Amino acid sequence: MGNVLELRDVKKTYKPGFIPKPKEVLKGVSFSVAEGEIFGYLGPNGAGKTSTIKCVLGLVYPDAGTISLFGRSPLDPRAKDKLGFLPENPYFYEYLTGREFLDFYAQLFRVEKSERAGRIDRLIKTVDLERAAGLPLRKYSRGMLQRIGLAQALINEPTFVILDEPLGGLDPLGRKEIRDIILGLRDAGKTVLFTSHILQDIEMICDHVAIIVKGRILNQGRLSELVSEKILFTEITVSGIAEEDLRAFGDCVSVRDGRALLKVPIEDDVPKVLDLVRERGGRIYSLVPRTQTLEDIFVDTVAKQ
Amino acid sequence: MTILVIARHTFKEAVRDRILYLLLFFSALSIVLARVLAVLTVGDRVKVVKDVGLASIGFFGALMAILIGTGLVYKEIEKRTIFTLISKPIRRFEFLLGKYLGLIWTLAVMIAAMTVIYLIVVFLHTFTIEFRMVLAVLFIFLELILITAVAILFSSFSTPILSSLFALSFYLIGHFSWSLETLIKKTPPGTRRTLLRGLYAILPDLENFNIKTEVVQNLPLPAGLWLGAIGYSAVYTAFVLVLAVWIFRRRDFI
Repeated sequence: MGNVLELRDVKKTYKPGFIPKPKEVLKGVSFSVAEGEIFGYLGPNGAGKTSTIKCVLGLVYPDAGTISLFGRSPLDPRAKDKLGFLPENPYFYEYLTGREFLDFYAQLFRVEKSERAGRIDRLIKTVDLERAAGLPLRKYSRGMLQRIGLAQALINEPTFVILDEPLGGLDPLGRKEIRDIILGLRDAGKTVLFTSHILQDIEMICDHVAIIVKGRILNQGRLSELVSEKILFTEITVSGIAEEDLRAFGDCVSVRDGRALLKVPIEDDVPKVLDLVRERGGRIYSLVPRTQTLEDIFVDTVAKQ
Repeated sequence: MTILVIARHTFKEAVRDRILYLLLFFSALSIVLARVLAVLTVGDRVKVVKDVGLASIGFFGALMAILIGTGLVYKEIEKRTIFTLISKPIRRFEFLLGKYLGLIWTLAVMIAAMTVIYLIVVFLHTFTIEFRMVLAVLFIFLELILITAVAILFSSFSTPILSSLFALSFYLIGHFSWSLETLIKKTPPGTRRTLLRGLYAILPDLENFNIKTEVVQNLPLPAGLWLGAIGYSAVYTAFVLVLAVWIFRRRDFI
């Protein structure tokens, strides 16, 4: 499968203010998004995620490097025919109703009038805003704005969707709904690039990940390749065993109400702990093997930087 | 097509602005008060009604163009609605020209409303309606086409307050630059005169669109006057819009 988006050594320095004070936000960003995958663009706040997306959309001009969107320049309107975009903290025209807003954007994609109403109805249903579709957007809650924003990103039936922090500021239920919609997009064969600083979200739904820190991509690859299946340590919660005896196998992280949480770094020691508990007539409450998570990789990457 | 979609949306946005109706109210008040002023005048009262009415349409129309035009593009950037718009298959010049045409459309509706009020007031005073009065309004509209372009130009790179000040200065300079011509005539030939001529060529001359005297005094309107005004408005507006597009295309939307 080909690449929908390719960035090669993209650099950008902002010079805001009357007396410009240059701020280098992108220091040679390179990555590519393959057709049909969910690509997670991960980084702390201010790392350069939104600036990268703005370069891809033609909102900001890179100082150096190349960007290819569907094989074209991002400034070519034809490159955006099959592109959907949801900005971070979406602000829309407050005086328009949800339906009018979608109709306006559908017209920008030259969607025929006969087709518009049906498509808008379907999208309103997908994002579960049937009851609010006739209300002006100023009456929408943050979660509703996020959902109508997602609907506008899909109004042209795009094959590639860019979502900037789509799960930010949503409650757990709202996040799950948006996550399900994103997974539904992949099932429908669409390519998705989304940014987040919430690691669990990326880990849950992404195929491919790139980590950007201070304007540089420090780590990228398939999630399955980045995150090792190797067990890092095992957490065992036990009672009825003296803390000193447990220390022979690892660190006692906490002891509360007679229960000790033991962190066992060597996998072969785990059966020994279980044998000891059985011998002494103790009790096991939990046994959790901890494999490497994206969070570990992220923290490690940021720490190295 | 895209330009028209944005223009229609801009029209919908602009007609929701309360400033528009406030200015329409004051212009109507001013046109009606011209009749009261005429009563207090010694001489030709009809001329006062006609002259003050046309001046009101011109002044309040310019205020509408400046106060709404200077905020149109800036608001899109400030409220970040431009992020989703530019991510659609739109070229930046289409966005800017759509905004411009949307405001021209709004002004056309407002000027039409003011003209109806004006014609009613004049009719109640004279029991006649002359085409020449409508022609004077059309000349005012030519001026507004240019002023709107200037407002959009400043709005593409500056805040509404600064843009309003710049556009208002353009309007005032444009109506007083003709006095430079008198100064040029009184200045002896030489470097100073050449410099003054250069300055006069650069500065706008909005008096090109003022045919109030001809209309009110029933003077002839030669074809050269018409063509000159249309040509001046077209060339100057095109120049200002090209400049606005050039600046807008180079902007980063941070």
